[in-house]
Amino acid sequence: MFRRVASAVWQNILWIGLAAWVLFYAFQDPTETLDDVKTGISNGTIWALIALGYTLVYGIIELINFAHGDVFMLGSFVAVSMWTWLGISAGSSVIVIILGIAGVLIVSMLATGSLNVLIERVAYRPLRNAPKLAPLITAIGMSFILQNVGSLWYGLPTSVPDLIGSQKTLFTIFDVDVVRSDVFAVAVTLPLLIALLVFVGRTRYGKAMRATAQDPDAARLMGINVDRTIALTFLIGGLLAGAAGLIYALYNGTVRFNEGFTAGLIAFTAAVMGGIGNLKGAVVGGLIIGVVQSISDDHYGQQWTEAVVFGILILIMVFRPDGLFGEEVRPG
Amino acid sequence: MSGAKSRAPELRSSFANVRGLLPRWAWILIFLGLAIAYPYVVPNLLGGGAGDDLLDASVNTLGYIIMALGLNIVVGFAGLLDLGYVAFYAIGAFVIGWLASGQFEHVHLDVLTDVQKVLPGFHINFVIVVIIAAAFTGLWGVILGAPTLRLRGDYLAIVTLAFGEIVPRVFENWTFVSNGRQGITPIDRVYFPGVGELNYPIELAGIYFVGLGMVLVTLFVNIRLRDSRLGRAWIAVREDEVAAAAMGVNLVRTKLWAYAVGAAFGGFAGAFLGAYRNTVNVDQFEFGFSVFILCMIIIGGMGNVAGVILGAIALSMLDRFILPQLNDVPDAIGLNFDLTAVNFGIFGFFLLVMMVLRPEGFIPSSRRRLELHSGEVDDVAADRTGVGEPGEALYEARR
Repeated sequence: MFRRVASAVWQNILWIGLAAWVLFYAFQDPTETLDDVKTGISNGTIWALIALGYTLVYGIIELINFAHGDVFMLGSFVAVSMWTWLGISAGSSVIVIILGIAGVLIVSMLATGSLNVLIERVAYRPLRNAPKLAPLITAIGMSFILQNVGSLWYGLPTSVPDLIGSQKTLFTIFDVDVVRSDVFAVAVTLPLLIALLVFVGRTRYGKAMRATAQDPDAARLMGINVDRTIALTFLIGGLLAGAAGLIYALYNGTVRFNEGFTAGLIAFTAAVMGGIGNLKGAVVGGLIIGVVQSISDDHYGQQWTEAVVFGILILIMVFRPDGLFGEEVRPG
Repeated sequence: MSGAKSRAPELRSSFANVRGLLPRWAWILIFLGLAIAYPYVVPNLLGGGAGDDLLDASVNTLGYIIMALGLNIVVGFAGLLDLGYVAFYAIGAFVIGWLASGQFEHVHLDVLTDVQKVLPGFHINFVIVVIIAAAFTGLWGVILGAPTLRLRGDYLAIVTLAFGEIVPRVFENWTFVSNGRQGITPIDRVYFPGVGELNYPIELAGIYFVGLGMVLVTLFVNIRLRDSRLGRAWIAVREDEVAAAAMGVNLVRTKLWAYAVGAAFGGFAGAFLGAYRNTVNVDQFEFGFSVFILCMIIIGGMGNVAGVILGAIALSMLDRFILPQLNDVPDAIGLNFDLTAVNFGIFGFFLLVMMVLRPEGFIPSSRRRLELHSGEVDDVAADRTGVGEPGEALYEARR
């Protein structure tokens, strides 16, 4: 009995340590920690959306789509340029702003979605049968190219019109101010997540995706167009990255061409944390990483946060490469 | 693709013919002679400023060659993709920053240096520092390598990448050891008892020979290791881990040695470049640099020592001389567009195009080439004999 408990504890030592770390600060200052958790969750929705792109692609072709973070970055750039081009600013009327956000959301999602499909066609499909590290290297190359496109687009950090009045408090709960950007992030993300889960779980195309993820050859024998299914997966990942880009732009207030690299690594950490290939895991992982980040920002200072997150990535990779929930689609 | 395939053997045989004209030691002597004559001949041919500029670039290139050869051990020989090589460069550079500057004010230690009994801080002879740097980074290679050995190739790449991001962050924020963003400067010049201090911003030949000597040491170790029992074990692990283990190769020890040796050369070169540039600054250590070195290996031909050296020279010179010139190209064709802003995009483009069109590099090692084109080879074999050979079928199954 004792041995069983001990081994269960040992196996989950990483999660227990993480929980203990959060609880430690929660006992020290409950209100502040609750505030961190709130910020973390709303920020984490962005990581969750990006992480889904990683996890979908990894689930289906076992490739770490390194360029995904930069696709997200271009999504935020599309949104910002669209608003500038349409002349929508914080001073516009409410109707214009709502329509502007909704319309631009669709445009930037479509832009990143098709970009992601294009990337798959150019950089990954020719290497489908090559050794595994070859497409990873092209992915890095692609990431550099996209980052360079971003630096030509906006060479300097560019501020985003504050369309939603992001820092205005909407309501206060347990002494924690919930601001508009928090609600906005969750309100945009939630429908997308539900739509994704329904699509993958309930539709014919979703079934084709799951089948391809399990065994591409068998799927092909069953009459599934594997190439098209993979392209579809990249499309969905790109759509979500575009939405994440728009949320990020409004949430943070500035966009930079190198935001995608860090965001990509953070989101990848989230995907691994949830068990790569596992959709719900990616979402939970994104939220957890968001919380870890905001607590670390608060207590160790922002300059250490990246190191903390990447340290967690290494720890997970080393001790629990299966993540919290394990891989859903394909065994080890 | 078929055209390229039919041309390739001809090219290779003509290359072999040229090589066969002279015995191996003669070729070594020729290249060595060229390398030694280089700093005296080239600046005089180009004259003054341009010559010094080229020589300065050449000294940096020597540092990059060492790093490329070191990374080649990890990526090319052992087949472990390391995306965080910059971490070892950083550690090596900081070792010389600590041991050959006034960084630590409250200690005073001189070993075989010119600046004895005058300045605070450690001032240790370059040769000793370089050895310490290599040993220290080698140790870090093992520290990073040990827990990650069980990981699959792509996970391993990401862990090394994360490590390569953490190390510069730590140096950036831990100001006691690094002075934060200001960096450590000045660093003692290279000094040899009997020769004196090299005055290298003015006279570059001396430091060039130091670099050349270090490249030769690296090259010697590299080739000897490749042809040793350990080198064969690396290649076996790269080709098929399971089969290698079944043949009695100790996977843990083999991989750890690859990490340790690869990392040690990163530190070796880092200490050299730190001393040459007279400053160690965290801004140099970013992900782009890891990819820069990786590009050298991939362009030259993974696993092939000569290819890696040529790749390092080509990319380093491209980065230094050709890319800044690109500014004028769009102007010439009537575009208002700054091409210098796309230099890292160009490296990305190189990686992409090379991996898609010629993954074995320009000067491939024959074994690596077979591996990267095994799909096509299988097709050919199957066409010829009706069935694939058993060995190839096994390889297919593994993939």
